[in-house]
Amino acid sequence: MRVALFATCVNDAVLPRAAIATVRLLERLGMEVDFPEQQSCCGQPQYNTGYRRQTEPLVRRMARAFDGYAYVVTPSGSCVAMVRDNYPRIGAKARTEGRGEEPAVAAASLTPRVLELTEFLVDVLGVTDVGAYFPHTVTYHPSCHGLRVLGLGTRPLALLRAVEGLELVELPGAEECCGFGGTFAVKNPDVSTAMGADKIAHARSTGAEVLCGADNSCLVHLDGMLRRQNRGRGDAPLRTVHLAEILASTEADPWSVA
Amino acid sequence: MSGRTYLGMPAFPVAAKASTKDERLRANLRHATRTIRDKRARAVGELDDWALLREAGKRIKDHTLRHLDTYLLQLEERVTAAGGTVHWAADAAEANRIVASLVHATGETEVVKVKSMATQEIGLNEALAAEAINAYETDLAELIVQLGDDLPSHILVPAIHRNRGEIRDIFRAQMGRWGRPAPQGLTDRPADLAEAARLHLREKFLRAKVAVSGANFMIAETGTLVVVESEGNGRMCLTLPETLISVVGIEKVLPTWQDLEVFLQLLPRSSTAERMNPYTTMWTGTTTGDGPRDFHLVLLDNGRTDTLADEIGRQVLRCIRCSACLNVCPVYERAGGHAYGSPYPGPIGAVLTPQLRGTTSEVDASLPFASSLCGACYEVCPVAIDIPEVLVHLREQVAAQPGHGAERAAMKAAAWLFDHPAALAAAERAASATRAALPRTLPLGPAKAWTDSRDLPELPAAPFRAWWKQHRTTRQEPAE
Repeated sequence: MRVALFATCVNDAVLPRAAIATVRLLERLGMEVDFPEQQSCCGQPQYNTGYRRQTEPLVRRMARAFDGYAYVVTPSGSCVAMVRDNYPRIGAKARTEGRGEEPAVAAASLTPRVLELTEFLVDVLGVTDVGAYFPHTVTYHPSCHGLRVLGLGTRPLALLRAVEGLELVELPGAEECCGFGGTFAVKNPDVSTAMGADKIAHARSTGAEVLCGADNSCLVHLDGMLRRQNRGRGDAPLRTVHLAEILASTEADPWSVA
Repeated sequence: MSGRTYLGMPAFPVAAKASTKDERLRANLRHATRTIRDKRARAVGELDDWALLREAGKRIKDHTLRHLDTYLLQLEERVTAAGGTVHWAADAAEANRIVASLVHATGETEVVKVKSMATQEIGLNEALAAEAINAYETDLAELIVQLGDDLPSHILVPAIHRNRGEIRDIFRAQMGRWGRPAPQGLTDRPADLAEAARLHLREKFLRAKVAVSGANFMIAETGTLVVVESEGNGRMCLTLPETLISVVGIEKVLPTWQDLEVFLQLLPRSSTAERMNPYTTMWTGTTTGDGPRDFHLVLLDNGRTDTLADEIGRQVLRCIRCSACLNVCPVYERAGGHAYGSPYPGPIGAVLTPQLRGTTSEVDASLPFASSLCGACYEVCPVAIDIPEVLVHLREQVAAQPGHGAERAAMKAAAWLFDHPAALAAAERAASATRAALPRTLPLGPAKAWTDSRDLPELPAAPFRAWWKQHRTTRQEPAE
């Protein structure tokens, strides 16, 4: 089966490990993975900050880049939510505001084919045991867009439970937002940080070594706070790891810090 | 008299910064919102048909709003036929003038009040004070706020930011200035605090000749008004005085009694997490020998017609003021209600206030951004208001206003870069190549806001694109 990877701009530029892990995982499962190089950003930061018109070219670019692929897989729930929830809105508004059909057509063609990684694994491939090995204690933060907009439900947990060596511990207050929220993190830094601090305190209370998520934008925020906190702390550091990295890890080729 | 108003409040992030550092406020809010959040989840979870009720509530409200003119005229006709008088107020000033002149006409100089968001919205108490009329709040939490010369910080529980000890101190210090003083040796036991309020308010109920209320619902087919409450203080105000003046937003109308049935299930479970609220008072005009003999309904627009004209924003008019969205909101819990600069705090305030008041003031322009768009509010809303959708819609309006030049330029530059992959790849390579030079904290603007509390991510040695180029040439093609 041939699938296209939508790496997302954050993973491409800042956190390539999640995208690399997604490629390795999908190839291990027998997929032929393509990375159409014309892809860039889904437009979520611009759209959610109030710059809808500036996302229209990106809607068209995304549709062109992924034209012809039956499945576009991405390790980021919020980017899928952006496409699924907001591309049809952007298209409809472009039409009513007199800028033609193209954005609406682009949105309609792309939207049903874009899947979040755990949706693709569980719903399309029908697997929860992907043959991974990760001998660590892990707690999982279900990011809001994956949780509420996509309704990922138990998919990520089912995948984690099937990982050999992994001990999954429940995160208290798991469904509460981590406080990232895109430009919210810099427009309302104090509330954002207060939310992040509570999320991290909950994660630390589990005793887990790894705070796992399926959305690196949330993890950038939490990891940034964690590294600031960890400096000078005596106890074992808690770290953030993307779900794709855990699922890509095997006994033969295990995950490592560096 | 309470003189505090929301005028000149700072932008949300400024007010919220102070709240996040206030340990007592944080503790009060954390305890209160989490308790009611869990109770609501249990109350809603009892019903198998909650999703259907929610859909029905949404559709009834949408239908009513689409034919609002028809139902309001029908309501006016039925209220008038039942012996009431209907007044139309285009804005807060007009509504306040109408109420003040109605009170003056009775010759009275004090009124008792049923808890009402509409009268908070128009600043009625302050307007009446300017006309030498004392307005006494009789809802327990509104009483605490009024005695404390404070502002409400929650729709359902206006004194949610206060704990028992603070309430005892306010009662001891202030009740005597307003009427019957607090009993000697008042403790902070809830039963003692309630008894003190009961004694203080009883004096007011028995003396008052005029009451002012809002309404939760108005039924067009019969001209009936409905107030739901927990304490019974509202019913005292609605039945004992000779004159009753109700100020109600035009969006509160429902076509029929059958429609009301849906909302009497949705509201208590969402609001107080009760299957049914203790007191539901309904009245239709006036009845000889029973209740107020003079009834006035002031129908309030105050920005609602403009809101109705906005295709995305209009869904906010479905709101039944349950406050479920406040109780579940992680931003509200940490910022507190006062940071929203309006009687409507929390997620619903962030989408309602900028539509009713516009986005010209600093605080109103900041409200659409007072959310991480986590969507918890939409999930619990009993009339399915897609609050994140409206927030983003309002952000667009604010971003188009003057003063966003730098942000617009940055967004435009980012959008250009993302639409030119060759330039993007070059920028990524450049960032990776110079990553060692990146400092941990940055001095200005959004970068400072990020690095004050968080490290910047360590940029990779190479972007994903570079890895992919290498990988593509070396990988073994999987066997088909």
